[in-house]
Amino acid sequence: MSDFNKSSLSEIVNLIKSKKVSSLEVTNHFIKNVEKSKKLNSFITTCFEESVKNAKQFDSKKNFDGLLSGVPLAVKDLFCTKNVKTTAGSKILENFTPTYESTVTRNLWSEGAILLGKLNCDEFAMGSSNETSYFGNTINPVGKDLVPGGSSGGSASALAANLTPATIGTDTGGSIRQPASFTGTVGLKPTYGLCSRWGIVAFASSLDQAGPMTKNVEDCALLLEAMSGHDEKDSTSINKKNEKYSKNLNEKIKGLKIGIPKEYRIENMPKEIDSLWKKGIDILKNSGAKIVDVSLPHTKYALPTYYIVAPAEASSNLARYDGVKYGYRSKKGKNLIEMYENTRGEGFGDEVKRRIFIGTYVLSSGYYDAYYLKAQKVRRLIKNDFDKCFKNVDAILTPSTPSSAFKIGEKTNDPISMYLNDIFTVPVNLAGIPAISIPAGQDEKGYPLGLQLITKALDEQKVLNIAFAMEKSIDFKQSLNRWWE
Amino acid sequence: MEKQKFDYFIKTEKNNWEVIIGLEVHAQVISESKLFSGSSTKFGAKPNTQVSLVDSAFPGMLPVINQYCIEQAVKTGLGLNAKINLLSIFDRKNYFYADLPAGYQISQYKNPIVGEGSLTLDMPYGSKKVGIERLHLEQDAGKSIHDLSPDNTFVDLNRSGVALMEIVSKPDLRSPDEVNAYVKKLRSIMRYLKTCDGNMQEGSLRADVNVSVRKKGDKSFGTRCEIKNVNSIKFMEMAIDSEAKRQVELLESGKKIDQETRLFDTKKNETRSMRSKEEAHDYRYFPDPDLLPLKIEQNFIDNLKKKLPELPDEKKDRFIKKFKLTSYEANLLVSEVNISKYFEEVIKNSDIKLAKNWITGDLFAVLNEKNLDIKDSPVTPKNLSSLINAISSGEISGKIAKKVFEIMVETGDEPNKIIKEKKLKQQSDPKELEKIVSKVLKDNSDKVLQYKSGKEKLYGFFVGEAMKLSGGKANPKLLNDILKEKLRK
Amino acid sequence: MSIDKNQVKKVAKLSRISLDDTKLESLSKDLASILNFVEQLNELDTKKTEPLTSIVDKTLEPRADKINDGKIKNEILKNSPDKNEDFFIVPKVIE
Ligand SMILES: [Mg+2]
Ligand SMILES: [Zn+2]
Repeated sequence: MSDFNKSSLSEIVNLIKSKKVSSLEVTNHFIKNVEKSKKLNSFITTCFEESVKNAKQFDSKKNFDGLLSGVPLAVKDLFCTKNVKTTAGSKILENFTPTYESTVTRNLWSEGAILLGKLNCDEFAMGSSNETSYFGNTINPVGKDLVPGGSSGGSASALAANLTPATIGTDTGGSIRQPASFTGTVGLKPTYGLCSRWGIVAFASSLDQAGPMTKNVEDCALLLEAMSGHDEKDSTSINKKNEKYSKNLNEKIKGLKIGIPKEYRIENMPKEIDSLWKKGIDILKNSGAKIVDVSLPHTKYALPTYYIVAPAEASSNLARYDGVKYGYRSKKGKNLIEMYENTRGEGFGDEVKRRIFIGTYVLSSGYYDAYYLKAQKVRRLIKNDFDKCFKNVDAILTPSTPSSAFKIGEKTNDPISMYLNDIFTVPVNLAGIPAISIPAGQDEKGYPLGLQLITKALDEQKVLNIAFAMEKSIDFKQSLNRWWE
Repeated sequence: MEKQKFDYFIKTEKNNWEVIIGLEVHAQVISESKLFSGSSTKFGAKPNTQVSLVDSAFPGMLPVINQYCIEQAVKTGLGLNAKINLLSIFDRKNYFYADLPAGYQISQYKNPIVGEGSLTLDMPYGSKKVGIERLHLEQDAGKSIHDLSPDNTFVDLNRSGVALMEIVSKPDLRSPDEVNAYVKKLRSIMRYLKTCDGNMQEGSLRADVNVSVRKKGDKSFGTRCEIKNVNSIKFMEMAIDSEAKRQVELLESGKKIDQETRLFDTKKNETRSMRSKEEAHDYRYFPDPDLLPLKIEQNFIDNLKKKLPELPDEKKDRFIKKFKLTSYEANLLVSEVNISKYFEEVIKNSDIKLAKNWITGDLFAVLNEKNLDIKDSPVTPKNLSSLINAISSGEISGKIAKKVFEIMVETGDEPNKIIKEKKLKQQSDPKELEKIVSKVLKDNSDKVLQYKSGKEKLYGFFVGEAMKLSGGKANPKLLNDILKEKLRK
Repeated sequence: MSIDKNQVKKVAKLSRISLDDTKLESLSKDLASILNFVEQLNELDTKKTEPLTSIVDKTLEPRADKINDGKIKNEILKNSPDKNEDFFIVPKVIE
C-alpha cells in the first residue's frame, strides 16, 4: 500500500481518478492512521464501517466525475451529518443523531467524497484552543503539550497529523485560520454567504462561515469549489454562479497592490511575528506585487465589537437546547422551568455559559443600546474601513495570529487573554470578507506561524492566487515524526 | 334610526370613569404553508404531523420567508388604509416556553411591514374612526396540552410557525360595545380580503386587551393592564368590564395600578395577575441574523391595490345609493362578505325590497337558530329568489310564502316544486272565490244579518272563514273585492 | 457600568441556566472583565453611524407558498428525551 501521508488532496484525487489506487485503499490508509492516533483526541466520532462500505461502493460504480472522487474526509463536528452523531463538542448534544445532512457536507458527498468521522472542536465553536470541548482537548501534532488552536482544533490537528487528506471547519472569529496557523496548514474563511449555513450548528449567525482546511493552496481551491454554492434554504446565501477556483488558480500576481495595515502592528508584538510579516512583504515584492501602506483605523475595536455581537447571537441561537426536543435532559427538576435550568446548567460548559450570560446581558432591556446597538454601529465603521481600503488595494497582508501555538492550560483561566488570540482574524468576520491563512515560517521553538491575506467580498480567486504565489516562494516544510502513533 | 348617546362610564358615588381600551389582535394568515417553512397550516391534523425540522428548531435549521404571507399582510394593510413600509425587519423575541421550540419567536419589532392606518365603526351614536398603530408578521407558537397527564405537559407543534398578523390598535376604544364592533369590523375586512378566516373557535383570531381608566374629562392616560389571549368577543367584553371595575375600585380606595399582564378567568368572570410569569420576561429583541431586511417594491403594492376587492365601507355606500337601503339595512348586509354576496345573488332577478326583508328577517332568524354561516344556508340564493318572484307575481301570498320557506329550510327544495306538490298556488279564479264566499255567507246567515245591522267588525270574521275554506290560498285582494260586493247586496 | 452578583443571578435566570453558588464569585469577575473590555467602544462617537444589521448586500428572497415539508412525525420525535409516539413531553408547566 502506498503512503499517502505525503500526498495532497489533489494528488490523491488524481491517483484515484487515474485508477492508480482505489478509494478503498486510500480509505483504509486513513482509517489506520486514525486508529493509531487516539492520543491526539482529534476525533469525536468515527464511522469507519460506513466509510469502507462507501469506498467499496465508489470503487464498484467507477464514477470519476466528482471533484473529490472517492476521497475520505473527516469534518468538524459542527456539521450535521445524516445518521452520524453530531455533538458540536457539547454534552448537551452528546447523543444527538441528525436525520439530515448539512448542505456543505452534502456538497462534498455529491462530489464523490466519503465521510470518515467527526472532528473535535470547542463546545459550540466557542474557544480558541479546543479546550472547551466536552470530549476533552485535542492535541497539536506539532508538540505534545500544545493546543491546536480553535475552534476547528480537531480539524487542524487531524489534518496536520494526516488523519484526513483535507477537512472543513467553520470560522466565526478566526476558528479556521488560527488553528491553521498553529498547525502549519492552510485555512480559508470565505465571503459570508458563499457556503450555506444550513445544517451547521449555529454559533453566531451573522459571522459563521464554513471553509476549507488543507495542506496547500491548490487543495484549498479545490475543496472550496466543492463545498460552496447558493442554497435556497439559507436566506443569507449569496446567489451567484459557482466558480472554478481550482482550474483558474494561477500565481500571476505581478502588479497587484497589497496593503499593509499599520494598525495590525500591535504593542508588544513578538519579534518573530514582525519578521515573519516582513518576510511576507519581501516575497510579495519579489513576485512583482506593489506594497502599499494602508490604514484600518477601527481595528482595535473589532474584538470588543465581536465580543458583543457573537455572544448576543449565540445566547439566542443556543436557546433551542432546552431538553425538550433532542439532546440532553436533566433528570432533576419538578417543573418545566427547573428542567430547563438544570438541563442547561449541566449540559453547557463554562465558556458557553459565560458567552450566553454576556449575550443575554447585552441584549437585555436597558443595556441594548449601550452594548448591542453600539456594537452594530462600530461594526459598520469596521466594514467601512475595509471598503475604503479595497478601493486602493487588491489585498491586505497581516500575520494570522499574534503568537504561535500556546501550551495546554496556559490561557484557560483568563478569558480575555484567550480572546486576544483572534485579534487579527476577527475584523474579517465582522466585515464578511474572505481571508486565508498560509503557513509562512516557524518561530524559534520550531512552531509554525501563519500569514493572512484578505480581499474584498467574493474575491476568493484573487486571495487564492496570491496565496498560491506566496506558497511557492515560502516553501514551508514541516516534518513531524509522528510521535503520537 | 334615532341616534343614541354614548354612555359607557364606570359610575361611582364620587366619579364617572372613562375606560380606555387598545387591542392587539393576533390573526392567523390564510396560507397553504407556514411563514418560514413548507409544512401545512391546515387546522385539526393529528399531533406533530405538520412539523418540519425548521418548525421544531433542529440544530442548523434556517427560516425562509413565504411570499404569500407577505402579500397577505400587505393586502390587510391596504384594507386598513395603512402605510405599507417598503423596508421591514424581522426580529427575534426571546423567551423560553415548551411550545416555542427555538426559544425565540420571529416577529417584527421596530420596523413592521405595515404602519399606521384606521378603520371606521358604525355605532348607534354615529360613526367612529379607530386608529391602527401597526401590523406586523410573526410566527405562531405550538400548543401545550396540560390535561393529558397530572405530571406532564404534552406539546404539539402543528401550529408552530404558522403566520400571524399582529394588528395593534391605538387606545381609541371606549367601551365593550366598541371593542365588539371593532373586532367584528376587522374580521369582516380580513374575510373580504381572504387574509384571515376569523374563526375564533379554532383560534384563528385572538386578542390581547389593554385596559386603563381615567376620570371623565382627564387628558392623560392611566396605567394600563394587558389581558392576554382572549379568544372570544364575549369574553373580551366581559374581561374589559370586570378589569375596568377592578381598576376603579383600586383607584378610589387610594391604591395604585401596577402595569402588568393579566389573565381572564372566564368562570369567575375576573382577571388575575400573571406576575409569576412576567417577572422573568425581558424579551431581548434583536434583528434575526438568519434573515435579511424585507424589501417590498412599490409596484407590487400598486398591483395588489388594483386587485383589492370592494370592502365593506365601499359596498355599504354602493348599497345605499344603488338599492336605496338605509344605513342600518346596508350595515346588516355588508357586515359579512358572504351575506353581501348572497344578497347580490338574490337581487339579480328579484325585488330588492322583498329580498332585503326576507334575508334580514326570516333567513337570519333561521341561520341564527341553527347556528349556520350564510354560505351553508339550506335556502340557496337562487331558491330564495324564486320564492320572492312567486310572491311578486301573485302566485302565492306572503303568508303562504312563509309556509313554503319553512319547507325550503327543512328540505332545501326549490319553492316552485313545493308550491306545486303541496298545491299552494294562490286561488285567483273569481268564479271559484265567489263559490267560497257564497258558502261562507250562507253558513253564517245570522252573522250576515248582524253585520248588516251595523256590527261591521264581523267583516274580518268572513275573510278569515273564506281564507280558511280556500286553504289559505285565496288571492286576498280578489277575495276582498268579492266579499264586499256580496255583503253590499 | 459593571456587573454585580445579583445581576449575574438575574441573567442566569433569564438564560434558564442553573447557577452553582460556588462559581458565582469567579463568574461575576469574568463577566465584569469581559464587559469592561467591550466598553472600549464607548471611546467612539457613533451618533451619526447607522447600525449594521446584515452583512450581505441583498434583501430577502421569498419562497413560493407550497407545502413541501412536514409529515415527518417520527423523524421529529425520534431524538426527544421523553419518548412518545405523538407528542413532545415535558414536566408540568406551572403558571
Ligand atoms: Mg401582546
Ligand atoms: Zn404577537
